[in-house]
Amino acid sequence: MGAIRLEKVKKTFGTLDVIPGVDLDINDGEFVVFVGPSGCGKSTLLRLIAGLEDVTDGKIMIDGIDVANEAPAKRGLSMVFQSYALYPHMTVFNNIAFGLKMAGESKEVINEKVQSAAKILNLTDYLERRPGALSGGQRQRVAIGRAIVRNPAAFLFDEPLSNLDAALRVNMRLEITGLHQDLKTTMIYVTHDQVEAMTMADKIVVLQAGRVEQVGKPMDLYSKPANKFVAGFIGSPKMNFLGGELAAKHGCHEIGVRPEHLVVSTESGVIPATVKIAEHLGAETYLHVQSDEFGAMTVRATGEMPLSGNDKIFLTPEQDRIHRFDAHGLALG
Amino acid sequence: MEKKQTPLGYISFSAFAWVVGLLIFFPIFWMVLTSFKSELEAVSIPPSFISFDWTLENYVEVQERSNYFKFAMNSVILAVGSTLVGLVFAVTCAWAMAFNPTKRTKDALLWMLSTKMMPPVGVLVPIYLMFRDWGLLDTRFGLIMVLFLMNLPIMVWMLYTYFKEIPTDILEAARMDGATLPKEIIFVLLPMALPGIASTMLLNVILAWNEAFWTLNLTTSDAAPLTAFIASYSSPEGLFWAKLSAASTLAVAPILVIGWFSQKQLVRGLTFGAVK
Repeated sequence: MGAIRLEKVKKTFGTLDVIPGVDLDINDGEFVVFVGPSGCGKSTLLRLIAGLEDVTDGKIMIDGIDVANEAPAKRGLSMVFQSYALYPHMTVFNNIAFGLKMAGESKEVINEKVQSAAKILNLTDYLERRPGALSGGQRQRVAIGRAIVRNPAAFLFDEPLSNLDAALRVNMRLEITGLHQDLKTTMIYVTHDQVEAMTMADKIVVLQAGRVEQVGKPMDLYSKPANKFVAGFIGSPKMNFLGGELAAKHGCHEIGVRPEHLVVSTESGVIPATVKIAEHLGAETYLHVQSDEFGAMTVRATGEMPLSGNDKIFLTPEQDRIHRFDAHGLALG
Repeated sequence: MEKKQTPLGYISFSAFAWVVGLLIFFPIFWMVLTSFKSELEAVSIPPSFISFDWTLENYVEVQERSNYFKFAMNSVILAVGSTLVGLVFAVTCAWAMAFNPTKRTKDALLWMLSTKMMPPVGVLVPIYLMFRDWGLLDTRFGLIMVLFLMNLPIMVWMLYTYFKEIPTDILEAARMDGATLPKEIIFVLLPMALPGIASTMLLNVILAWNEAFWTLNLTTSDAAPLTAFIASYSSPEGLFWAKLSAASTLAVAPILVIGWFSQKQLVRGLTFGAVK
C-alpha cells in the first residue's frame, strides 16, 4: 500500500517561504509527476515526503499514518536520485543489497532479492562491477534496483533522467513506465521536462513558486488548463497568447492558442504574419512567425510545408480549441 | 594555450629545485654521517666528509646508556594513541561541519585553527599545574590527551576538506536505505574518504612523533618518548656530538621510513581540494 496525503505541508528556509502550504492526495499505485520550472519547489516537496528535509508545518500521511516527524528510513519509501548516488566503493551487488543489509535480512533473502531485481533490470552480468565501470544508463538501473529490493510503499524519483543523453532518456522513460505497470507501486516523479510528465504520469501536479497550480490527468491539463501558467507550461512548443481586439471578440482579456491549433493559409485568415524561420522536421513543420498585432508566434503544422523565411501567411485559430483567460490569468469556462 | 618550457628554463628550474632539496636534506645527512664518527672527528676542523674511520661505537654506547626501545615504544604509543583518539573526535566533528553546516561553521573552523597560532608556552603553566594536581605528569594517558588536543584542529580541517568533496546525495541515499547515523559514517562515509583519513592519520602520527615541547616538559622517565631520549644527550657533562647524532638518527629513523613509503599518499592528502 502506498497512499500518500499531504495536509498543509509548509517549508521555510530562514525567512524564505519555499512551500507556503501544499495539500495533495496521491492514491495507491498512482504514477504522479511533479512538474514545474526550476526553483518551483518540486524537489523540495519530494525531499519533504522522503524525510530528507524537515517540514516546517503540516502533515505527511502515508497509508493514514502521519510520518512528518519520522526518519527517512522509517517511512518505507525508496528514492532514486538525479546523480544516481551509488556507493562508489561497493559492487553493484552490494549497492543493491545495502538497504536489505541495513534491515538485517538474512544472506539467502538478500541474495534472492538482489538476483531477482538484477534480472528485471538486466544487470545480472554486472553484479560484480563497481559503479565506476558502468555506463550512465546502467548506473541509473542500479539506482532503481536499489529502490526496488526494499519493496517500498512508494518510489520517489528526483529528476532521474536528466543526466542521460536524449536517446537513453527515451529508453529509460519507457523502462520506468513499464516498471510501474509491472509493480503497480505508487511512484512520485519530479521533472522539469513536460514531455516526461505528459508521457509517464497518471496524474500531473504543476507547481510554481511552491504552490500547486493544477492537479490533473495529462490530457486534462493539456485541454483544460486552469490558468495561463499551466497553459504555457504544458505543451511544446508553448501556447501563443493573444490579446487586443481578437480577445475582446471572444469576451476575455487574452486568448491562448496552441501552435498545433493554428490553421495556416497563404491566401486568407484572421492573423496576417510573416515567416521568420521555418523548421522542417519531415513529419511536421515549426514556423516561427511575426505578426504586426501580436508579435512573435509559433505554429506547428503537420507534414511538410513549402514555406521559408519572409513568406507572407495567414493564421486562423481553430474555434473550438481557443482557451480564454481573464485579466488575472485564470481560465474562463 | 599552455606555455612551452624551454630547455634552459627546464634545466635552471631543476637545478634550483635540487639546490633547495639538498639544502633541506643536508643537516639530516650530516647528522647521520656524524653518528658514524668518533667524538674527536665529529668536532674536527676542517670537518671530514667521507674519509674518516667509520664506527658503530656511538650506537653501541647509546644503547648501553639508555634503553632506546623503551623510549621508542613510548613514542609509538603516544603517536598512535593520540591519532586514534583524535580520529574519533575529528571524524564526528568534520562530519557535522561538512554536512550540516550552520552560519557559524566557517567561524568555528577558523577559531579552531587560531588556537594553533598561540605559542604553547603560553599555556604551559596552567597545563603543568593541572597535570600535577590530577597526577597526570609523566603518564602516557596525560600526554596522549595533550597531543590529541594539540593536533585536533589540523585533523578536523583536513577531514573537513575531504568530506566536502563527498556528494551529500550518497549519504542521503544511505539514510533512505535505512542506515542509522553511525552506520552511515562507518559503511559509506569512511570508506569513501579512506585516502583522506589515511593521510590525516599519517600526518598526525608524524606531528605527534616529532612533538618536543610538551613531551619534554611533562615527562621525566615513564612516559618519555624519543624526543626526551635525544635531549638526554645534550647533557651538563659536555656536548657529545657523535652520540647525540646517533641518538637523533635512531629517533628519526622510524618516522623517516614511514614517511618515505607513504610520501605519495601524504602529498595527495595535503594538496587535496587545492588542485581540483
